[in-house]
Amino acid sequence: MADLILLFFLLVCAVTAVAQRELLNSAIILSIYSLIMAVVWVRLGAVDVAITEASVGAGISTVLFIAVLTRVKRREEITRFRVQVLPLIVVLAVGAALIYGTLDMPDFGSAAAVSNTHVVPRYLEKGVEETGTDNYVAAILASYRGYDTLGETTVIFTAGLCVVLLIRSEKKRRL
Amino acid sequence: MMDFILAKYNFWIYVIIMMIGFYAVIAKSNLIKKIIGLNIFQTSVFLLFISIGKVEGGTVPIYQGVEAVYINPLPHVLILTAIVVGVSITAVAFALVVNIYREYGTIEENAILEMSKTDD
Repeated sequence: MADLILLFFLLVCAVTAVAQRELLNSAIILSIYSLIMAVVWVRLGAVDVAITEASVGAGISTVLFIAVLTRVKRREEITRFRVQVLPLIVVLAVGAALIYGTLDMPDFGSAAAVSNTHVVPRYLEKGVEETGTDNYVAAILASYRGYDTLGETTVIFTAGLCVVLLIRSEKKRRL
Repeated sequence: MMDFILAKYNFWIYVIIMMIGFYAVIAKSNLIKKIIGLNIFQTSVFLLFISIGKVEGGTVPIYQGVEAVYINPLPHVLILTAIVVGVSITAVAFALVVNIYREYGTIEENAILEMSKTDD
């Protein structure tokens, strides 16, 4: 039951963040959305993800949002106040297709699902012995799938480079 | 019927959240709103992955003896990477938005399109 209430609040936050015209309010609601998401992660047993979501999703993202909102117009301008029909049709069609797709998915929480019976039992069996850490998430992240993490670091480096270049060219133009 | 709903509702909620984000990305004219939509879209995918890894009666994936049942840690690892990559995307998008605002003085997409039409 608690899960359902959390997921309901998640939906409410998502809708208000999108519908709100004052962009600062949107940013704060998005931060609340991230915090509720962090609680959902704890309920689903993903504690490492919850920590990251609370610090990165609710923390750094919000700081970035506010930093940008100090530089641009804070109010969304509405030229026509109505729900646009064509995007709505596209969204509903894609949503229906995705829901149809979930009907074939294994049941929520089933231990027999393919994703839970392949590769992972090996990690759980040998992880502590082979990597020397009690935390399986850390063991997989840094050891078994170390190359993924290397790729992630490359992405962050590239993104940082992009941001620096974009902001610098803007400063040059102002001079 | 009730069992069926209980077995799937997490996946349906992910679809609904994803569609809210998708609508914001394609229908909203404000660029910041589009980025908010993108963020919501991303988190919905995270919800799908973590839901797949959930094991009924399993504990948090931290070593507690060999016989314990654990929640699947692999989706957690993938999503940890994805959250950080998502923030990188947001940061680059913000840098672009700030530059667009300097150039055009607005972050409304239709106004920008009008202006670039008259530029030609």
